[in-house]
Formats: sequence, structure tokens, C-alpha cells
Amino acid sequence: MKLLYILTPLAPLFGAIACGFFGRKLGRTNSHRVAIAGVAVAFLFSLIALIVQMGDDAKVFNETIYTWMVSGGIKFEVGFLVDRLTVVMMTVVTSVSLMVHIYTIGYMHDDPGYQRFFSYISLFTFAMLMLVMANNFMQLFFGWEAVGLVSYLLIGFWYKKPTAIFANLKAFLVNRVGDFGFLLGIAAVLVYMGSLNYTEVFAAAPAVVGQSMEVIPGVAWSVMTVTCICLFIGAMGKSAQIPLHVWLPDSMEGPTPISALIHAATMVTAGIFMVARMSPLFELSETALSFVLIIGSLTALLMGLIGIVQNDIKRVVAYSTLSQLGYMTVALGASAYGAAIFHLMTHAFFKALLFLAAGSVIIALHHEQDIRKMGGLKKYMPVTYWTSLIGTLALIGFPGFSGFFSKDAIIEAVHHSQITGASFAYVCVLLGVFITAYYSFRMFFLVFHGETRMDDHTRDHCHEPPRVVTVPLILLAIPSVILGAMTIGPMLFGGFFGDAIQVAPEHDVLAELGAGYHGAFQFVLHGFKTPALYLALAGAVAAWFIHLQKPGIATWFAEKFSVVHRILDNKYGFDAFNEKVFAGGARQVADRLWKVGDVKLIDGLMVNGTANGIGLISNIVRTLQTGYLFHYAFAMIVGLLALLSVFIFSA
Amino acid sequence: MLCAICAILLCDLYSKDGRRLTYILSQVALVGTLFFTWGVTPDGSATAFGGSFVMDTMSSVLKSWILIVSIGVLLYSRDYVLEREITTGEYYTLALSGVLGMMIMVSSSTMLTLYLGLELLSLSLYAMAALNRKDVRCAEAAMKYFVLGALASGLLLYGISMIYGATGSLVFSEIAAAMAADSSSSAAVFGLAFVVAGIAFKFGAAPFHMWVPDVYDGAPTSVTLYISAAPKMAAFALAIRFLVDGLGTAHDSWQGMLVILALLSIVLGNLIAIAQVSIKRMLAYSTISHVGFILLGVLSGQAEGYSASMFYAITYALTSMAAFGVILVMDRNGVDIHLLTDLRGLFRRNPVYAFVMLIVMVSMAGVPPTVGFYAKFVVLDAVVSVGLIWLAVVAVVFSVVGAFYYLRVIKYMFFDDPIEAQPVLAPIDVSAGLAVNGAALLMLGLFPGWIMAACIAAFS
Repeated sequence: MKLLYILTPLAPLFGAIACGFFGRKLGRTNSHRVAIAGVAVAFLFSLIALIVQMGDDAKVFNETIYTWMVSGGIKFEVGFLVDRLTVVMMTVVTSVSLMVHIYTIGYMHDDPGYQRFFSYISLFTFAMLMLVMANNFMQLFFGWEAVGLVSYLLIGFWYKKPTAIFANLKAFLVNRVGDFGFLLGIAAVLVYMGSLNYTEVFAAAPAVVGQSMEVIPGVAWSVMTVTCICLFIGAMGKSAQIPLHVWLPDSMEGPTPISALIHAATMVTAGIFMVARMSPLFELSETALSFVLIIGSLTALLMGLIGIVQNDIKRVVAYSTLSQLGYMTVALGASAYGAAIFHLMTHAFFKALLFLAAGSVIIALHHEQDIRKMGGLKKYMPVTYWTSLIGTLALIGFPGFSGFFSKDAIIEAVHHSQITGASFAYVCVLLGVFITAYYSFRMFFLVFHGETRMDDHTRDHCHEPPRVVTVPLILLAIPSVILGAMTIGPMLFGGFFGDAIQVAPEHDVLAELGAGYHGAFQFVLHGFKTPALYLALAGAVAAWFIHLQKPGIATWFAEKFSVVHRILDNKYGFDAFNEKVFAGGARQVADRLWKVGDVKLIDGLMVNGTANGIGLISNIVRTLQTGYLFHYAFAMIVGLLALLSVFIFSA
Repeated sequence: MLCAICAILLCDLYSKDGRRLTYILSQVALVGTLFFTWGVTPDGSATAFGGSFVMDTMSSVLKSWILIVSIGVLLYSRDYVLEREITTGEYYTLALSGVLGMMIMVSSSTMLTLYLGLELLSLSLYAMAALNRKDVRCAEAAMKYFVLGALASGLLLYGISMIYGATGSLVFSEIAAAMAADSSSSAAVFGLAFVVAGIAFKFGAAPFHMWVPDVYDGAPTSVTLYISAAPKMAAFALAIRFLVDGLGTAHDSWQGMLVILALLSIVLGNLIAIAQVSIKRMLAYSTISHVGFILLGVLSGQAEGYSASMFYAITYALTSMAAFGVILVMDRNGVDIHLLTDLRGLFRRNPVYAFVMLIVMVSMAGVPPTVGFYAKFVVLDAVVSVGLIWLAVVAVVFSVVGAFYYLRVIKYMFFDDPIEAQPVLAPIDVSAGLAVNGAALLMLGLFPGWIMAACIAAFS
């Protein structure tokens, strides 16, 4: 098994190296073959790992593979921890990645950077696997940064497009903020728990409870809370929670397959996974849990609202991703880690499906992304239509679809939760359900129903894309429907995760839910008794009424409540604020520093001064090398005398 | 093992009819000896020749690497010596006797055998430096090397005689015992200074480094390759045998001396290298600075420091071998590569060699994840652990200064246009050797444990 676990991440790495360095020699077809083969192997191995770990007597694999160095008692290691939490993530990552690899053949067909793209997404799969399989913070951080790097490269994949470059820079900078918090969190773990290995840290954590630290003299903070919040700030960056969410909508400048893989299904959920993995730490600080809960519920509600006014097909899906990530975070805050991972899993499939379907529409319309210029596509692209419908139903939580189970579980969990902020979160997630249904169906109706609004030329060329595009859609549609019903029992209430996730008894909302759980069917029936379902239906109906029946209402609303519309359209001003205060302020400060500090002090005095100085000394000293033998011998004798002088002075 | 090498050496002498044959025989000799070394490694340590020849973990590890490096060296230089019509048979014979000398040095347990091995190596090197008889610069370099080497040998012998006078023995273990009984013996410490001077000369540490640039530059490139790689490991063994095995108790005295040597080497080596325009001279000064680092580990006087230095010496030999290997391959048209600018546009002419050279340069500059970083790291760690933080700081500052000239090479290779457009080609075995060599530098940086474990075992 050890070999299998090692090979799982290495297979896509091999694909990445082959495509990246030898892509030109391999040619297009061979490149995608190698990359897909690598990911397929990883997927196969993940499945084997999943089956093995599902067995009743399965043992958790936790081993250090290689110790890179030991410095001051801290070990820097590469090691794998494979338990049920890990195998779920591995399977989700590799299966979605495999679908996206296949889809890419069709989507990137004419792109000059074909091999480069395959190399990047394979590299991403490797990094993501390293992240989820890590058994220590060091490797977690490595994977964390590596997926960030690939995300940066892929957002700016079309590096000649100025908006793409702006977007990848933004993603990079915002993630720096998150990573800084994350690094501080890891440092706090190291300082107070004395290790980087998960098992050792979790064992040492209870002893830390009650200790306090003074970052600002005189103000004592609980170590556990500070550590957890710092770690969570890392998760906020990567999983795009308010206020670090601003990079995710812009990341849609990248090619659609990576929007599906990285910015919807896998990388953005790394933060959720990390918090779930750190559950033994977060359980020890209720303050941190409340913080997580409130950030999550704000994200879930506010980002959904923005989704209503967006007109770019990919941005609508992006805001919906933000809002769904908010749901997962809410689940984490309510200590329903199982529900968070469950939603993460179902979301990965239906959101990847929605993105790929959006991509399919975009290809058919020759890279047109404005939904106001679409409409009536149902008759041109039936496969895309039906798979999108499935994805949309799963997203809004229609009973029986996978999203229903996971989202309802989260809402119920919040309902039962007792910690500070839970009632606020409950209101937010319920409202979120209505909004989700509204914007999802708004987009759906505008794209596929109603009159066609594109020009004639585009309409004549509009047809279903090739099979490499539609097959992944169908393959992703299947889990979007059935996965929830199949896995809800064991995953939420069956103690599936074992020791991987630890919940303090007083927080254990899922156990409370589990007491009333009698099978998936009963869960669906129960759904009819909760407000969530009716809110979702109301949202869908409202979308139908406003956008298909009476298209005037939306315009009327926008004019009547122009303030609200403008706030939403400006995304609450986060971008403007960041640009003016942080970017603008930083630029001014930097300008000053540059003029005074850099040009005069550093460049003038230190850099050029040192360089010139060294160059000068270097030229003087080299003249010592005269080429005369007697000079050399003389130098040796002088050296000998110097050594003898040591003897004299030390004696 | 010794018999094997001697026997094949004799065969070599009489089989000059085919040059290929000599090459193949030499390689067979080296590989055979390598297997012998692995085959006869005893569990603890064993002695032979009346206690003057010792086999322990350090000697077998170093011997293995000396042999491996020598195999690579001969592989890289084969075509060069053939093309230049340098007396081929002699090249291999001298190289092999040099290897024999190094192996004796590594395994010696008395001052006499050590000196014997050293002289065998040195005489081979003097002769090799002079191999290209037609070249005036070559002859001049060899002459300087010989005269200065003789002076250094004299110093070393003088030191040995002083120590012998003070302790009454030539065997390292007995010297150590005698020194432990009477550590204040001033005659012995006086001799120590001469011994250190001799060692410093063999290492090429400043201020005993003057021969290094001239010889590197003047000697045929294949010989430079030979001098720059394996003998550094032998010199390391020389230092360890003398200073640790023999005079370990006088650590306080030789630590100060080594501090001077290491400091001067690192500072002077890096500073002067910047001003060089000849690639071989630049690498010569870079060697001097690396020698400084090897000495840093030794002067810490602790097992960790010794193993760190050993790691440094081994990996430096590999790095240097790859550097000169690439230069040798580029020298193919009968014109030697002299200037740094001759490397311009290597990436366009042969990307594989350019990448190998890139790894070499990055490794020499000490940038992770290459092996050079890890080697510098462990050495500095050892220095810091004995409290000489200021020394570590100076070393780091000057290795940053050194990064300048390494990066300049990379700039020439990748960003400048080539002067001549024709691609650089080499036989498949040489290419493969270089590629493996480059990959090894990278892999050992990621997985230094492969060698480090052996180095730690040698001093525990």
C-alpha cells in the first residue's frame, strides 16, 4: 500500500514533467495521452485506496516517507496520512481532474499553449494530492503554495490578455494575505505545540488550552484561538471567504476547464479540507468556531446576492461557488465537519458540471460569455441543456438531488447548533437558499429558454460541441444526481470519518441530527417539512416569472431600487476599497520609499556602492596573482608565519 | 585490491598499441577496484601492512567516491585527449597512479604511508599538468606547480619530523595517545603549523592557493578536470587523518589556523573570481572558496562538522566534475574554451548541457534545492554549533558575493546570443554521463540522506 500511496501523486507529476519539458517533442496528441494516463493512474489508485479504507478493519496509514532535514529539533519531512477523510478528497480531486483533462482536449483544441495547459493541470493534480495526503504542516504548506502557484499560472494562462494578467496578480496578492495568516498559524503551532506532525500536534493541543499569549503587551489572548484564527485566515484566502473573496470572480479570466477544476471543485475547497483536518484544534476554541461561522454565513448570503446582477455566465457560476463555499464554512463553524466535507464532495461534482456546461455554451457561441446575448439554446444543444438542468437542480437543493442532502444537512446542523452566532447564521443560510435558486434559474432561463438574442451568424454555427466535451458532462451529471442519496447515511451519521475528524460532545450537532435520521428517503420526506425547500421553489418560480413571463420587472426593479442595484453591481465596493486604500495607499508609500530609500539609499549607496566596491577590491586583489614564482613562494612563507603566529599566541 | 590496480597499471604500460584499449582497460580497472572496495568492506576497521594501512568506514566511503568520480573524469576526457593528441597512454597511466595514491592516502594510518600516497598523487599531477608539451603556458604552469609543490612537501615533511620528534611515533593512534599525555608539547604544535601549511597547499587554500589558478588555466582541460575533482576528497582525508586521528587533542591550536585559512579562502576566492574573464580561472577561484567551506566543517572539531565537510567534499567533486565535463564537451574543435563569453548561447546550441551547467552553477552558488545548498547548510550548521557565528556570517556574505559570478555564467548561457551557431555534440555515453551527473546534483539536494548517512556513519 505504501508504494501505491507514493505513486498516486507521482503519476500526475510525471505527466506534468513530460508535457512541460518534452511537450514540443511529444506533440499534442501524445502530450494529452501522457497527462491523461498519469491522472487516470492516480484516479485508479485513489479508488483502490478508497475501497481499502472503506473496509471495516482498514488501518489508517500514517508514515513518514522521507526526512529532508532536521534543524534545531524540527523535522522537515515528507509523509502521508491516509484515512477516510483523505481518500474522499483524493477520489474527488482525481475524478474531477480526470474529467477536466478529457474535456480540455475539446475546449483547448485550437490553443497554441495546449501542452503547457496539460502540464499545468497535471502539476495541479500532483500538488493537490500532496496537500490532502500530507501528514505534517510543512507538506501541507508546500501543497498549499504549489496549488496557489498553479492557480496563478492558469488564471494568467492567456498571458497576452491584460485582464487575465490583472486577475492573476490580484489572486496572487490576495492569497498572500491569506497565506501570511496561515504561516503565522503554522508558526504558532510550532511554537506552542513543538512539532509539525499532525499526530503529535493534536496530541499536544489539549495541553495548550488555557495558555495565553500577549501579542500586544497587556492584552492576553488565548493561544488556541489565535492559532485557529490564523489558520482560518489561510483558509479564507484559499477558499475565498469575505473579505478575501475578491480574487475568485476575477479568476474566471482563465480558461473554463480550470475554472471548473481549480476555482470550483478542488483548490478552493482546500481551506475547507484544512479546517476539517484541523478539527481537533478548532474544537478547542469556541471563539474561533464562532468566527468561522459568521464569516461563512456572511459569504453565503452576500455573495449569492451579487450573483443576481451578474451578466457574465462564468461570473454567475463563480459567485454561486463563493456562496456555496460559504455554506461549507458555516458547516465547519457549526462543528458539522462531516457535513462540510459532504457538501464539498457533492458540490465538486455539480459545480464542475455547471462550469463545464457553461464552457460548452461558450464554445458553441464562439467565446461569447454575456447571458444577455444568449437565449433559446435548448433546441441547439440538448445534451448541455439537460446536464445543466441537473446541475442547477442539484445546486438549488431540489429533493433527491445530491445538493439537497448536503445543503439540508448543513441547514439543519446550523439550526441545532448552540454556539454564538448560530441563529444569525441560520437566517443567512435560509435566505441563501432562496437567492441561490433565484440566480441559478435566472441564468438557466436566460441561456436556454426565451427568444434567441445572438446574431444570425453565431446562431447558424451554434451546435453541440464534440464528444470529448459532452461525455464528461454526462459523467459528471450522474454523481450530481445520485451521490447524495448514496452517501449521506454513512458519511454524515455512520461515523464514517472515524478519528480523522474529532468533535467535542457538546458541539456534536450531527449526532443530534443522526438520532432522527432513518434513511435517505425519510430525509427527503423530512425536507418537505422545512422552509428551505419552499424557499428554493419560490426562488425558482420567481426567476421564471421575472425573466420569462414579465421581463420588464427586472428593469423596473433595477431603476426603482437603483441604490441597491448599484451596491450589488459594485460588489459592495470591496474592489474599489482595495484598489483605493490598499493598492493606492501601498503605491504611494512605495513611491516614497522608492524615491528616498531605494534609489538613494539602497541603489545608490548600498547596491551599486557594494558592487562597485567589490569590483574595485576584486580588481586590486587579483593583481596579487603576479605570475612570478617567487611571489607565490613568498605568499606561502607569509602564510606559514601567520599559522605559526597562531601557535605562538595560543600557547 | 592494491595488487589489482598495480597489475592493470603494468598491463597498461605495455598495451600502447591501441588507445581505445588503454581507455577501456583503465575503466575496467577502476570499476573492478570499485567492486573490490565494496566487496572487502569489513564491519569495523581492519589494518594491513603491519598496521600502516587501515580500512574503516570513512576510507571505504571516500574510496568509492574517488573511484566513481575518476570513472566519470576518464569518460569525459576520453575524446579530448584523443583529439588533442596528448600522449594518451601516459594520461591514463598517470591518472590511475594518482588514484592509487589517493586511495593510499585515504587508507593510511601512519604519517609515512600518508606521505607516500601524497607524493604518488602529487608526482602524477605534476606530470599530468605538463602533458601538453607543445604549449608554453602548460609547461610554465607545471613548473610552478612542481616547485611550489616541492616546497609544500618540504614543509609537510618538516612538520612530520617535528611531530615524530615530539611524540616518538609515526602511527596516528600512538601520536594521539602521546599528545593526550602531554598536550602542551610545543615542538609538536610547532610541527603542526608546518603540517597545516602542507595540507593547505594540497587543498589549495589561501594563502597557499597561488598555484591553483595558474595550473587550472595552463594545464589541459582534461587534467584540470582531474585535479579539481577527486584530489579534493583525498585532501580532505589528509586533513582528517593528520588533524583528527593524529592531533585531535591539539584541536585548540589548529582550529585557529584553519579559521585563518578558511576565512582567507572564502574571501579571496570569491572576490577574485568576480574579476576573472577566463572560465577556468574563475572556476579555480571558486574552488578556493569551496575549499574554505570544507575547512569550515573540519575546524568545528566535532563529528557533525567532519561528516558535513566530507559531504561537502564529495558533492563538490561531483559538481566540479560536471562543470569541467561541460567545458570539455564544448572544446571539441581543437580550440580551447577560455573566456566566460565562450559559453554564450549554450542553451541554443545544446539545451541539455546548458541545463547541466545551470544546475552546477546554481549548486555552487548554494541555492536550494540543489546539493550545494544542503552542503553549505550542514557545514554552517556545524560552525554555528561551536559558537563561531561571526565566521558563518562572513561565509554566507561572501557566498552571496560569489553568487554574482555564477549567475553571470547562467546569463551568458541562456540570455545571450551564441557566437557560433553550430550545435555542441558529444558521444552518447558522455551525454548520458553528464545528464546523470547533473540530475544527481539535483536529486542529492532533494534527498541528501543518501550520502549524508554514509558520512555520518564514517564519524560515529
